[in-house]
Amino acid sequence: MSTESSAAIGSVEGVSLYDVDHPAPVIEPPRKRTGKTPKGSRTNFEMYAWLFMRLSGIVLVVLVLGHLLIQLVLDGGVSKIGFAFVAGRWASPFWQVWDLAMLWLAMLHGANGLRTVINDYAERDNTRFWLKMLLYTATVFTVLLGTLVIFTFDPNIR
Amino acid sequence: MPAGTLYRGREGMWSWVAHRVTGVLIFFFLFVHVLDTALVRVSPEAYDDVVATYKTPIVALLEYGLVAAILFHALNGLRIVAVDFWAKGPRYQKQMLWSVVGVWVVLMVGALYPVLGHAVREVFGS
Repeated sequence: MSTESSAAIGSVEGVSLYDVDHPAPVIEPPRKRTGKTPKGSRTNFEMYAWLFMRLSGIVLVVLVLGHLLIQLVLDGGVSKIGFAFVAGRWASPFWQVWDLAMLWLAMLHGANGLRTVINDYAERDNTRFWLKMLLYTATVFTVLLGTLVIFTFDPNIR
Repeated sequence: MPAGTLYRGREGMWSWVAHRVTGVLIFFFLFVHVLDTALVRVSPEAYDDVVATYKTPIVALLEYGLVAAILFHALNGLRIVAVDFWAKGPRYQKQMLWSVVGVWVVLMVGALYPVLGHAVREVFGS
């Protein structure tokens, strides 16, 4: 039996050192989570971040290219943009939802992208930590400000 | 950072570099763009004043650059999705990059007149 299986392995590998009575040592998977695994890598956060980049990216292609077409190409391009133009578009809930979705997805997509860039290039722990704090602060501020502007927009402000 | 490596990559590495650079540029613009749009909550005049700078010839050039960055990031992003989720994606990544570049060039030529036309008229008259 053992000669048969070693023959099946082939002449290059030669006779196997291991059989039922002498099993090969168990090699632990290199990325197995153990008690020593740092807290930050015990969840699937990075996998969900990776997936989010792809899904939000596909939606953003439609939202952002549509936005560019309306703002910079159609109907006179950038020349027609002004308070009145914004008021006209945000009178419709469709464009409010469009802009809100674009704001949230683009900010989160961009923030996660910059988080990756900071993690890659900032080598000192302190630098990395504070750059990310700055990034998260700016992101929360921008998302909240933009959301507030869309929801509280008043065409009769003056 | 590792000093002086000989590795200079090929299409895969350079598209990765371009994707990073355009992504960072777009993020910084987005931050400024939300701030300038927030001026609609201050007054119509404040908003129109700032938007007036967006209509000057020099900023029109910057807008063309922004369109270039966004179009590349969008098209190459779709290529990355294809590489990750389509079984044959990795095998065709190079061909897909050159398709991205091709579509990008066509769209950039198409954007010339809409984005820069008014700036050319302003600089050269009529």
